[in-house]
Amino acid sequence: MKQEKEFDWFDRPESIKKLWVMLYVVCGLLVVPDFFTHRHAYFGFDGFLGFYALLGFVSCAVLILFSKLVGLVLKAKEDHYDK
Amino acid sequence: MISDFPPAALLIIGALLVPFFKGNARNWYVILLPAVAFYLISQLQVGSSWQVHFFGFDLTFLRVDKLSKVFGYIFTLNAVAAFVYAFYLKDSTQHMAALIYIGSSLGVVFAGDLVSLYFFWEVMAVASTFLILARKTKKAQAAGMRYIMVHIFGGLCLLAGMVIYITQTGSIAFNAMTDRNLGTYLILIGILVNAAAPPLHAWLPDAYPEATVTGGVILSAYTTKTAVYTLVRGFPGWEILIVVGCIMTIYGIIYALLENDMRRILGYSIINQVGFMVCGVGIGTMMSLNGTVAHAFCHIIYKALLWMSAGSVLYMVGKSKCTDLGGLYKTMPLTLIFGGIGALSISSFPATSGFTSKSLIIDGAVHEHLMWAWLVLEIASAGVFLHAGIKFPYFVFFAKDKGLRPGETNKPMLIAMAFMSFLCIFLGLYPQPLYNVLPYEVHYQAYTFNHVIAQLQLLMLSALVFFLFLKLLKRTETISIDTDWFYRKGGRLFYYIMDKGLNGINRLSDRVFVGGLAGALGRVSRRGPEILALGTLIPLWSVTGITAEKLRDKKAKARAALATGSSPAGITAALATIFLVVVFLLS
Repeated sequence: MKQEKEFDWFDRPESIKKLWVMLYVVCGLLVVPDFFTHRHAYFGFDGFLGFYALLGFVSCAVLILFSKLVGLVLKAKEDHYDK
Repeated sequence: MISDFPPAALLIIGALLVPFFKGNARNWYVILLPAVAFYLISQLQVGSSWQVHFFGFDLTFLRVDKLSKVFGYIFTLNAVAAFVYAFYLKDSTQHMAALIYIGSSLGVVFAGDLVSLYFFWEVMAVASTFLILARKTKKAQAAGMRYIMVHIFGGLCLLAGMVIYITQTGSIAFNAMTDRNLGTYLILIGILVNAAAPPLHAWLPDAYPEATVTGGVILSAYTTKTAVYTLVRGFPGWEILIVVGCIMTIYGIIYALLENDMRRILGYSIINQVGFMVCGVGIGTMMSLNGTVAHAFCHIIYKALLWMSAGSVLYMVGKSKCTDLGGLYKTMPLTLIFGGIGALSISSFPATSGFTSKSLIIDGAVHEHLMWAWLVLEIASAGVFLHAGIKFPYFVFFAKDKGLRPGETNKPMLIAMAFMSFLCIFLGLYPQPLYNVLPYEVHYQAYTFNHVIAQLQLLMLSALVFFLFLKLLKRTETISIDTDWFYRKGGRLFYYIMDKGLNGINRLSDRVFVGGLAGALGRVSRRGPEILALGTLIPLWSVTGITAEKLRDKKAKARAALATGSSPAGITAALATIFLVVVFLLS
C-alpha cells in the first residue's frame, strides 16, 4: 500500500531559501512608494524616506538584544521555585 | 420587563442551573445563555434601573450607556465562542465558574455605583480562581492560591480607596474621578492590579498558563478588560496612565521574548496589549478613548483566538513548551491558519481587526503631540509582531519538527476558531459596525495609502529582524524571574531572615537571660545572705581582735549555717536588723 507523502514544504532547505528571498524582496518593495509619495511628518523627524522601515528594524533589533541581556539575569532553571 | 433585565443576573442565576442539565444538553445550555444575554444587552435602553436601597446606600445594578453596552456586547459574544470551543468539556464545575465569572464581569460593567461594582469585582476574583484550580495539577493549585491572594490584595486597595472616596464625597456614584488624593489613587492601584500593570502584574503570566484549556481562553478576556472598562469610566485623562501604559507595552514584549511556554508568551502579550489601552485612557481624548474601547473589543476576539489555538495544541499534544513543540503545521494546518489570523490581528496587520482599532490610540497620541508616547507605541507595535505575531506560531507550528503527529483538533474547537477568525477579518475590513457602538462618534479612516505602507514597513522589517536574529531567540528550557519572585522566593527569604534574625535573638536571649542572668540571679539569691552576713560580721570579728585561724573557722561555720538555714538566732537577728537598717536608709 502506498503511503501518502506528508506535506513538508517548510522543512526543505530550498523552500527556506525561497522564503528568505521573498522576505527581502517584500521589505525592499515596501520602501519604494516612499520615493513617490510625501508622508506628512508629525514630529519633524518621522517623514523621511523609509522611516517606518528603519524604526521597525532598529526597535526590534534593540528589543531582542535588550531581552537577551536581561535574560542573563532573569532566566532561571525550571525548578527554580521548587527548590 | 425584558427591556431592562440585568444580563449579569441571567448568567449568574443561569450558572446555578447547570448541574440540572446532562450531556450535550448542558453544552447547548451554556452556549445559549450568553447568546440570550447578548440579545438582552442589545435591547437595553440607555438609563439607570434596578435601584436597590441597601444599608443606607442607593445601589444601581443597571446603568446603561454606550460604554457599558459595547463591553456587554463583546463579553457575551466572546462567551458564546468560548463555550462552543468548550463543547468537549464534561465538567459542570468549570462551566458554572465560567458563567459566574462572566456574569459578574457584566455586573461590573453595568454597575452604576462603587458598592455594587466592588461586589461583582470580588465575585469575579473568586469564580475565576476555580478555572485555574480545575486543571487539578499541583502547579495549578499553587498558582491559583497565589492568584487569589494577589486579587485579595488588589480588592483591599480598591475597598480602602472607595471607603475614603465615599466618606469624602458622600456619594457612591461611579463616574469620572477628578480629585487626586489618597482615596482615588488607592482605587486606581486596585484597578491596575486587575489590569496587570507592572509591578502588580505577575499573577497573570503566573496563573493563566496553569489554567485548563478552556479556562485560559475565558480568563484571557474578562479580568483585564473589566479593569480597562473601569479605567475608561473612572480615570480618563490621568496622565500617569500614559506612562503606565507605555511601560506595560514594552514590559510585555521583553518577557514574551524570554519565555518558553506558549501560553505564558500569550499571557505576557496580554500585558503588552492592555498597555496600549491603558495608554489610550491616559491620553483621554474622545479619539483615544474610542481607540481604547475598540482595541479592547478586537483584542478580546483575537486574544481568545490565540488562546484557543494554543489550547488546541495543548489539548492534542499535552505540551505547551516551545522546546517540546514544532512542526505542527503538518498535522494541525487549520489550527495554524486560525492561530495565524489571530497572530496577524494582534500585530495590527492591515486587513485585520488590530489595524482598525489600535490605530485610533496611536493617532490619539499624535493628535495630542505626545511624541514619546507615540514613539513607544510604534516601537511596541513592531515588537508585537516579533513576540506574538511570529514567535508564537513559528516555534509551535514550524521551527524544528519534534515528530509530533497529533492530528487536527475536534470540530467544535475548529468552529469556534473559525468564527473568531471571521470576526478578526470582518472588523479589519469593515470596522463600521464596531465604530457605531463606540462611546463617542468616530470620524476615522484607517485605510490611507500612507498608513498601510507605514504599517507594513514596520511589520515586515520586524519579521526580517526576527529571522536574522533567530539564533539569539533560540528557546531554552528556562523560566523567567518576574515580580512574583518577591512572594514566591521572597516569602522564603523572609522566612530565612526571620529564622536567622528572630531566632538568633531568641538564642541570644536564651544565653543572656536564661543561661546567664537567671543563673546569676539564682546565685545571688542563694549566696546573697551569706555575702551580706559575712561582709558585716568579718569587720566586726576583726575589730574584736581575732586570730586568722579562728576567723577562718568562724567563716566556715557561718557559711554552713546560712547554706542549711540553721544559723544561730543571733546571726539571723543581726541580719534582720541589718536588712531593716538598709530598708530604712533606702526609704
